[in-house]
Amino acid sequence: MFVIECPWCGRRDQSEFSYGGEAHIARPENSSEMGDDTWSEFVFLRTNPKGVFAERWNHAAGCRRWFNALRNTATDEILAVYRIGEQSPTVTTILPATPCGEAPIGSGNDAAKVMRDGEAGKSAVEDVP
Amino acid sequence: MKRYSFFSLLREGLRGHTGWPRVWRNPEPKQAYDAVIIGGGGHGLATAYYLAKEHGMRDIAVLEKGWIGGGNAGRNTTVIRSNYLFDESAAIYDHALTLWEGLGRELNFNIMMSHRGVLNIAHDEHEARELIRRVEANRLNGVDAEWLNAEQVKAFCPIIDISRSARYPIVGATLQRRGGINRHDAVVWGYARAADALGVDIIQQCEVTGVSMKAGAVTGVETTRGTIHAPKVASVVAGHSSVVASMAGLRLPIESHPLQALVSEPIKPVLPCVVMSNAVHVYCSQSDKGELVIGAGIDHHLGYTQRGSINIIEEQMAAMVELFPMFSRLRMMRQWGGIVDVCPDASPVISKTPVRGFYVNAGWGTGGWKATPGSGHVFAHTIAHDQPHPIAAPFTLERFASGALVAEHGAAAVAH
Repeated sequence: MFVIECPWCGRRDQSEFSYGGEAHIARPENSSEMGDDTWSEFVFLRTNPKGVFAERWNHAAGCRRWFNALRNTATDEILAVYRIGEQSPTVTTILPATPCGEAPIGSGNDAAKVMRDGEAGKSAVEDVP
Repeated sequence: MKRYSFFSLLREGLRGHTGWPRVWRNPEPKQAYDAVIIGGGGHGLATAYYLAKEHGMRDIAVLEKGWIGGGNAGRNTTVIRSNYLFDESAAIYDHALTLWEGLGRELNFNIMMSHRGVLNIAHDEHEARELIRRVEANRLNGVDAEWLNAEQVKAFCPIIDISRSARYPIVGATLQRRGGINRHDAVVWGYARAADALGVDIIQQCEVTGVSMKAGAVTGVETTRGTIHAPKVASVVAGHSSVVASMAGLRLPIESHPLQALVSEPIKPVLPCVVMSNAVHVYCSQSDKGELVIGAGIDHHLGYTQRGSINIIEEQMAAMVELFPMFSRLRMMRQWGGIVDVCPDASPVISKTPVRGFYVNAGWGTGGWKATPGSGHVFAHTIAHDQPHPIAAPFTLERFASGALVAEHGAAAVAH
């Protein structure tokens, strides 16, 4: 279970929070002029990265406020939390050496890790959009 | 391929099992193939097998980053059923179930298919109405389905608690008798052995790191074991579908989540069927080894770490003890997670893409295992003919722009 730091209430268990999916997807302002393809992009298409991901959480059993977090989806490290409307900070984290590989820490996939023994993960500075 | 039979078993038994041949080769990757399948799970190997068997393509490679069947094929709860509400879903899942029925014989491999029946339980009047509606929809589609009242449920599955004092009393259940469970490793190995015998190269420990393209068409893949050229590349990678698609410059309507499952210590046979419940949300069956195999819902957060949060398991166990009070003192032996790729409408994507020669089979979410043979069968057709198999036609990527979704969320007989 994650321990998530609510920007207002501090560190709490994940079970107090509900999940809001990918952050920073703004509803298009000219939706009446948009075609089906571009509308579909807004409604359905998602980045779904293995790596640093900006996501929304709601402190449902606490202050009930929304906020954003940067989490490494390959290791589940929560790298930063920030309030709605704020820019996402630049963070440093450990990523898998290959796109579908496993990071040296935090991965539950021991099968792939054993297969690639000795393969070091790389450190990278990620600029998040 | 050396066929397995009673006589081969007897002969090997008498000579101390020294004469069994290697089940599939371990070839070095060639520089070029007619088709490359990314992902050596059940769906990927089935795709390769049907491409070779039914469409005459023999120059095929299956690339697997770990070992075959080490991803979701080895992490699911092996429940087989086809009692979906909508026509499109019933067509593909029943196509799969029909193939399951003859698969052991076809592959000459004992997949331990057990048609022991699947119960979907209703806990209140509204749920009962929904499930009875689904029984009727199933029957219209030629899918076997029955409605049982509480006493009939108790007769079919004697250990279930149907007392009215239960927190979630049991009103009745649907039963699909053709549904059941099978052995996941055997299915993977059976497909691998049969595909290998048809000339398919199964290449393990070979991770795809890039998709090469020229003028809007795919030309091959970059891998950790060198460049492989191919005019057709098919991605069948479940949890990592978005990662592989992004190598071809595509974004998919998919999000990846951990899905957890557990097994208990082995006990004597007590649970004769598969039991699923939406309201308390758990599904459970007993393996031939005697372990209870228990699954439930996804972790809500997106992730690739193949493990989930403990509160999800806690809710799952609470649900199981609610249905089966006698399991309250069972110890759980193992717990694990797999990464499932979930589409917004809880239906899969079996599709061509804007990149010519690049095909995607993804988005099976929490229900991919039951579809394995059907998915591979129709996807092979899609790849070979460069147009969707009629059963796969409703599951193209275009449905997310046209709005013709197959919205199985809530209708698929399981809560998502």
